[in-house]
Amino acid sequence: MGATLEIRNLWAGVEGEEDAILRGVDLTIQQGEVHALMGPNGSGKSTLANVLMGNPAYEVTEGEIFFGGEDLMEMEADERSRAGLFLAFQYPVAIPGVTVANFLRQALNARLKAEDPESKGISVPQFVRLLQGKMSQLKMDHNFAGRYLNEGFSGGEKKRAEILQLATLEPKIAILDETDSGLDIDALRVVAEGVESLKGPELGVLVITHYQRILNHVAPDFVHVMYGGVIVESGGPELALRLEDEGYDWVREKHEIAVPA
Amino acid sequence: MARVRRRQATLAAPPVSEEDLRQLSARNNEPAWLLNHRLESWEIYESLPMPTLQDEEWRRTDYRHIRWEEAGPLATQNGARPAIDVIPKENLAPLIGEEQGGLLVFVDGELIRYEFGDALAQQGIYFAELQQASQERSELVQRYFMQKAVLPTDGKFAALHGALWTHGVFLYVPPHVVAELPLHVVNYVTKPGATLGHVLVIVEENAQATLLVDYASPPGEKQAAYIGATELIVGDAANLRYVALQDWNRQTFEFSHQRARVGREGQLDWIVGTMGTQLTKAHLELELDGRGANGRMSGFFFADDDQHFDLDTQQNHNAPLTSTDLLFKGAAKDVARTVWQGMIKSLPNMQKIDGYQVCRNLLLSKDARMDGIPGLEIEADDVACSHAATFGTLEEELMFYLMSRGITRPQAQLMLIDGFFDELLQRVPFARVRDRLQEAIEAKILS
Repeated sequence: MGATLEIRNLWAGVEGEEDAILRGVDLTIQQGEVHALMGPNGSGKSTLANVLMGNPAYEVTEGEIFFGGEDLMEMEADERSRAGLFLAFQYPVAIPGVTVANFLRQALNARLKAEDPESKGISVPQFVRLLQGKMSQLKMDHNFAGRYLNEGFSGGEKKRAEILQLATLEPKIAILDETDSGLDIDALRVVAEGVESLKGPELGVLVITHYQRILNHVAPDFVHVMYGGVIVESGGPELALRLEDEGYDWVREKHEIAVPA
Repeated sequence: MARVRRRQATLAAPPVSEEDLRQLSARNNEPAWLLNHRLESWEIYESLPMPTLQDEEWRRTDYRHIRWEEAGPLATQNGARPAIDVIPKENLAPLIGEEQGGLLVFVDGELIRYEFGDALAQQGIYFAELQQASQERSELVQRYFMQKAVLPTDGKFAALHGALWTHGVFLYVPPHVVAELPLHVVNYVTKPGATLGHVLVIVEENAQATLLVDYASPPGEKQAAYIGATELIVGDAANLRYVALQDWNRQTFEFSHQRARVGREGQLDWIVGTMGTQLTKAHLELELDGRGANGRMSGFFFADDDQHFDLDTQQNHNAPLTSTDLLFKGAAKDVARTVWQGMIKSLPNMQKIDGYQVCRNLLLSKDARMDGIPGLEIEADDVACSHAATFGTLEEELMFYLMSRGITRPQAQLMLIDGFFDELLQRVPFARVRDRLQEAIEAKILS
């Protein structure tokens, strides 16, 4: 039985601001499933991703989130990560002076130390083998490991670095926040193939996207449409195709009354 | 004048006298010219008032909490010679692998270890205690010692240094000679009182050398003062790498003058680390005297508790086509205070000069204070000069990114601060020394 991420009636907004961005989100994701969350700009998709990961810039005002039966709201971001949640950022920040390799080793060691405070962490040779294996799997140049994380990375490199982190940390549920945005077709294919290669019964995925194109590579089991901070439509892959053909206008028309502007 | 006298009367001075100077000189059997230099410096010292907050370059540094009765008397050795094992092993470790070209170790101003390989000596390189050098290489030392770089007239503490310097090191690399192995000096102080150490480096035309100087002392109860001077003379087309790392204990006050001169097409790579002391006031001046001379100044500092660092840097472009590149990075936590004041100057009509300076400040507590004051005085039109000081805190956005990968908050802070300094530590050419510095930085973060 895999882990489940359960979101119930979630209301949230930017810390210190009155207006809620999320206005009662309900969503359940099982380990092993692929969900797509689509919606027009400003509908609250990225807010949901950040709230799930525990970004302190956002504030939850109502609702519950459970992950593997545990109350996620009681946990800081690092605890959520160690519990098996992962967020591939839409805009990964540069971390000056910290190499990709050092960063990932610290992240793995944080997991080992949380399980066993006496742990000495992963040995360097063992880590190098692990990282090189993951980089090969994602067709990445091994020199990447020695660069400062995200510093001077191209858009495609940043997104690939996010997927490398996903592959190395092996979460139970991964949220991909517009991982396809800003990528040309080739870069998108590389990133999407990377995600596809990681898919399986051990990994649940929430693909947040504006466009259908990434879903050609990462086939979703379920598609949800967010509008005005709530999930207004849920269905199968055909829903994504309809949005590709017809755009979001019909969503706006149908739900305008239900969702005040 | 009356005002000056009154101020002088109220501001305490070190309890030292001309008699101390004569005793010191006699004890070392100094040649007459050296005694005379001391006496001339003493005269200058006596003619100058103690610096106060009214002096422009001391405006941000109040050192009146120094207790000169503890910190002022010379910390000369009486009785037993100190043993080398008082010094932490990592400070004495060879710089590269098992090798270094030479090692001078001072404890409380006394030379207690001298290693210098035959290979370098046979090349004509001279590396020795400065007193010894003033006998063996009298003509050279006389020509350079406080004559070209640091002068007794540079200030009250420079004059005091000229009068009462207690020990020093002299490195001389003859023309066209490359010192393949780095040289290392350790200045260790176990006692309260004053030590006045001197570094004089001359790298002649087309010669090359690397020198690392460590300054450290174990925790102590009573105050100490280090009144230092460093003189770096880099000849035409010569190349010097000079690294000075200061980690005095929290009872120490440092007042130092450091000046480098670089000749035509010469190159200086100058790295300064400031971690210790209660209070540091350091003048670091780079003079580019020859056409095409180049100097890089790198500084890192980390103040915690109630430490106070005041670093004045100058990049003086005295010839055309000269270039300088200054990068300082500092952090302050608790109630610490740091000041960096930089200046790029050029003589009139020095065209095609390229001067750069930036100081990046990382503020780690609300109660710490960091000042960064860049400056430019350029009297030429065909130049490329830029300067900046930046101030920041640990960004929550970066913290969240690290924590979202499972890294705990304290560990994430450590990584970001380490990362902030990494660029500068990478400029230190010795892996073992870099590790030692990183440990020192981490100890400060966790303290």
